[in-house]
Amino acid sequence: MVDYITILIYALISIVVFAVLLSTVAVLTLAERRISAFMQDRLGPNRVGPWGLLQPVADGIKFIMKEDVIPLEVNRFLYILAPLMTIIPAMLAFAVVPFGHDLFLRGRVINLQVANFDIGILYIFAIAAMGIFGIIIGGWASNNKYSLLGGLRSASQFISYEIAMSLAVIGILMVYGSLRLNDIAQYQGSLWFGFIPKWGILVQPLGFIIFIVSVYAETNRVPFDLPEAEAELVGGYHTEYSSMKFAFFFMGEYANMITASALIATLYFGGWQVPYLHNIGFIFPKLGIFHLQQWLVALIEILSFAIKVGFFLFLFLWIRWTLPRFRFDQLTDLGWKVLIPLALLNIVVTGALMMLRII
Amino acid sequence: MMMINFSSAFIFIVVGVVFVAVTLLIARLVRPAEPNVVKMSNYECGEDPIGYSWITFNIRFYIIALIFVIFDVEVVFLFPWAVVFKSIGWIAFWDVLIFIVILLFGFAYVWNMGDLDWIKDLGNLKESEDKQ
Repeated sequence: MVDYITILIYALISIVVFAVLLSTVAVLTLAERRISAFMQDRLGPNRVGPWGLLQPVADGIKFIMKEDVIPLEVNRFLYILAPLMTIIPAMLAFAVVPFGHDLFLRGRVINLQVANFDIGILYIFAIAAMGIFGIIIGGWASNNKYSLLGGLRSASQFISYEIAMSLAVIGILMVYGSLRLNDIAQYQGSLWFGFIPKWGILVQPLGFIIFIVSVYAETNRVPFDLPEAEAELVGGYHTEYSSMKFAFFFMGEYANMITASALIATLYFGGWQVPYLHNIGFIFPKLGIFHLQQWLVALIEILSFAIKVGFFLFLFLWIRWTLPRFRFDQLTDLGWKVLIPLALLNIVVTGALMMLRII
Repeated sequence: MMMINFSSAFIFIVVGVVFVAVTLLIARLVRPAEPNVVKMSNYECGEDPIGYSWITFNIRFYIIALIFVIFDVEVVFLFPWAVVFKSIGWIAFWDVLIFIVILLFGFAYVWNMGDLDWIKDLGNLKESEDKQ
């Protein structure tokens, strides 16, 4: 028997999550420019609305009103398909990210996430990999030398860092023993020696470093932004794109950043966990229990998740203005000769430590 | 439960596709369209583009791409292993250690042959060509 009310609740969650994701993308485009400006001792866009807060709206209207120039020599079908193949997977990957405890609602268990798939993290990897196809296809279909080089660089970058990223995550899966992101977040609430929360960063410090470096490469952010290096490739894979199609590439990149930040927070920083907060309230070891309503607990957890994701988004921008861009041979060397051996070592060491009951 | 998960993911997909389609449709209705030949040409820093970019091109990383396929299969093997690792214990540990060591032999060979380098070192080859 299908429970229609539960489906309705999940439909509501889906729409809310989608709206929040889109508005975060919008705010992030502004935040990127404002924070870049502050780091360079400028003011940044501050004219549209208070503190420039309406700037994303103005940008959106401008994107819609712009003429869409499709060059004559492109492969039209693939050219139009490419931005769609970038933005839709970027949005969908967020579906399995959990942002709170299960809620109990008149006998129903509601997961605070869009879909609690058994294969959680594999879903994110699979869907996020689709986004790279959009970039490669867009680069090829444009029939432009800059775009082609950007697309090829993206392909090579993807195959160099995808393995290191997956291998780093395997360490986490060994420790927590589940592919569901909700379970992974749940286990990180358990305590080590009775008072230290067992967050991924403490259990897998090496895995965390490998993962965060690979994620930066996968999202094409500085210092790994070679597919769109503006100093050498004009715009890289989106040189020939204009109007809304360019906006889709742009939004896809930001949505990928958000999913990446959410993934870093969930795997290594406890996701929605707040130390000592359980579904009945705060339980301090040796100090006692402080009861809270489940609505309040959910609210605190969503806030904690938002703060963690916000911090990692800020880290993306921070690193952009801290590190220079890699040269291409350095980039492949880092992926293949440093990160992959380290990730394999991480798996073996994690296995040994787990067998010796240290982790 | 699985049914509900899939239906909520489906709703998410539908919302995503509808959003993209509606935005494109609105843009299509609103934006101007005044094409001309110069505007519709490919961008090559203002010059007339020379030839197509769909040419035979050394992408350099095709051996890396082949190694990627092998390693990706390895990752696929490791995912289910990692999930049940805790409940199986030492046997699982030794099995995968042997698996990784065998793989590392191949990796070391490829590394030694210089196939992981972006610019492959052809030093000896060039010297012998010079002698001739």
